[in-house]
Amino acid sequence: MTTASNTSADPASKVPEAEQPNQFNVQIANGEASSAFAQKRLFQLRPKDKGNNPRGPWKTAFSRLLRDKLAVASFVFLAAIVLSTASATYYADHISQTDPFQSNLDGQIEINGDPAEIMAADSEGLGLGVTPIGPTWTGQYLLGADAQGRDVAARLLYGGQNSLIVAFASTALCLVLAGVIGTVSGFLGGIVDTILSRLLDIIWAFPIYLLAISLSIVLISTGLQIGPFHIPSNSLLLPITIIGVVYVPYVARPIRGQVLTLAKSDFVLASVCLGMPTARILVRDILPNVVTTLIVFAPIMMSLSILTESSLSFLSIGVQPPAASWGTIIQDGQGLLYTRPLVAIAPGLAIIITVLCLNFLGDGVKDAFDPKAKLRVGKG
Amino acid sequence: MRILNEVSLDVYEGETLGLVGESGSGKSTLGRTLLRLYDADSGKIEFDNLDISTKNRRELRPLRSKMQMIFQDPYSSLNPRRRIGDLIADPIRIHGHASEREIHVRLRELMDMVGLSHSFLTRYPHEFSGGQRQRIGIARAIALKPKFIVADEAVSALDVSVQAQVINLLMDLQDELGLTYLFIAHDLSVVRQISTRTAVMYLGGIVEIGMTDDVMHNPAHPYTAALISSVPSHDSIMSKSPRIKLQGDPPSPLMPPSGCRFHTRCPFATDKCAAEVPFPHDVGSGRSVACHFPIS
Repeated sequence: MTTASNTSADPASKVPEAEQPNQFNVQIANGEASSAFAQKRLFQLRPKDKGNNPRGPWKTAFSRLLRDKLAVASFVFLAAIVLSTASATYYADHISQTDPFQSNLDGQIEINGDPAEIMAADSEGLGLGVTPIGPTWTGQYLLGADAQGRDVAARLLYGGQNSLIVAFASTALCLVLAGVIGTVSGFLGGIVDTILSRLLDIIWAFPIYLLAISLSIVLISTGLQIGPFHIPSNSLLLPITIIGVVYVPYVARPIRGQVLTLAKSDFVLASVCLGMPTARILVRDILPNVVTTLIVFAPIMMSLSILTESSLSFLSIGVQPPAASWGTIIQDGQGLLYTRPLVAIAPGLAIIITVLCLNFLGDGVKDAFDPKAKLRVGKG
Repeated sequence: MRILNEVSLDVYEGETLGLVGESGSGKSTLGRTLLRLYDADSGKIEFDNLDISTKNRRELRPLRSKMQMIFQDPYSSLNPRRRIGDLIADPIRIHGHASEREIHVRLRELMDMVGLSHSFLTRYPHEFSGGQRQRIGIARAIALKPKFIVADEAVSALDVSVQAQVINLLMDLQDELGLTYLFIAHDLSVVRQISTRTAVMYLGGIVEIGMTDDVMHNPAHPYTAALISSVPSHDSIMSKSPRIKLQGDPPSPLMPPSGCRFHTRCPFATDKCAAEVPFPHDVGSGRSVACHFPIS
């Protein structure tokens, strides 16, 4: 039997409605006898001690995210990847001691005191070709060299820098554009909505990669002219703009839908009824509720952007040489697939790990910010 | 879609006008149209001898402080991302020229009026129960010292004991602030408790209006009689009229029946009811009925 008098579920000892916290610690006490009854206590329900610190929606979501171990682990992993790519210059100068943007066909390095050719002549067949050095697993040429004798490890870090910059910037561009278009479209409605929605439909009508590839091919030859600004064809801004734009409809549509719902919601009606100016309703009532959706989209869009950037770079229409990205390194490694597979595999793994982490983080963020998950019992 | 049809309604200062009817009868639409939250296709709305039906959103803004609304759903009517203090202070900041200090004092005063603790002001809506949220909504509605409040099913979402508390609060506030209510509800016992007059709606039109006691005890319209006899009661205080059971669902407002809109379900309907639209006519003591054959 449970000793109901010890629990706050008992109406008599009920905490006043106002003070009722929304989190409880449930403990199952084993064998401990309660004072009033010489019986075993089976259940114990106590309110969690939470001071007078109100928990806002942001705090709640953030603490929920912190309880998601997979998401936290993914975040740590991502932070490590970002930090290591940020140290690319240091790595190239002090550890690899080569210029990863300069071909090095007749260089030599020392491995355990023995000199080794970076590009060794083939011993098989006609003996005409050269094979780049394989992974040394020590400081210089840790992962070997590519077809031009450049240190793959150093290029991997520099390439990661570019891949992450492009992914981050294009995601930011995409979310800002989609946020503005979706909000304006949903809130103003009418002719504005019609025009914006049809524009989005036009982008939507193309398969993403077809559109991205077509835009890249056209713009890579001429560069992009936006008013007085010219983006040269070797600039990172070009893939950033292209990737940012092609994904806009995929985010703007749901935002528009959400704004439509919000604009009809009771609390917006209440604001209208209170005589709030339209701009204030937009800023106070609509935007804060839309921002969460954008946050939920961010990691997912970033992982999609990394994949798109790599694909474009692999096809030589993304990041332009001599700059590297994970996509261009895979392309470099394509010809060495049978002799030095690590050149292609290493950036491939980097992409997979980054994308996986972003997706796990994205799942965690979604759960943390999704109000429907509110009733879920915390795992931690 | 035409929701309201030929509705004529007067609300007098200081009274509580109860508006009853089944779901889809247009009660909420009527309330929101009065406040110009919805636009009427035709007709005229006057508030305080001022024609408000032709004013645009900007022109209406200063008038908004005079007429307010309390919503049915205490959950969706409070922005989850704002603190209670901000929710209530926002209208004062927009309309008044009060300093932050004055607003602070006013906020505490309002919390006292609706019976909530001052400490709630820094909290977020999700921390409160339905009853508390409804009190917050009431505090927000009276923050601007309005004359007229539309209470749109204000207690329908609350459990019975909390319902009684909120109704008492509304009646106290009415005495204190001289408020006029349009009290929309589908629960007759709630309306009987709070309203001075009661209007009954069916399919977008008002079929009967009169003093609450008269309407409840001697319904003149067959639909009112049916509505009242549907309330389970252990005594016969509500009505001495015979029990009327309605068959079927109300017709779609997209294709309303000809003549009297109620004739398809009315037990007393004749050929005349199907052919001629009954207009509201006075049956004495401020009572008006839209029926060819009112029950006497």
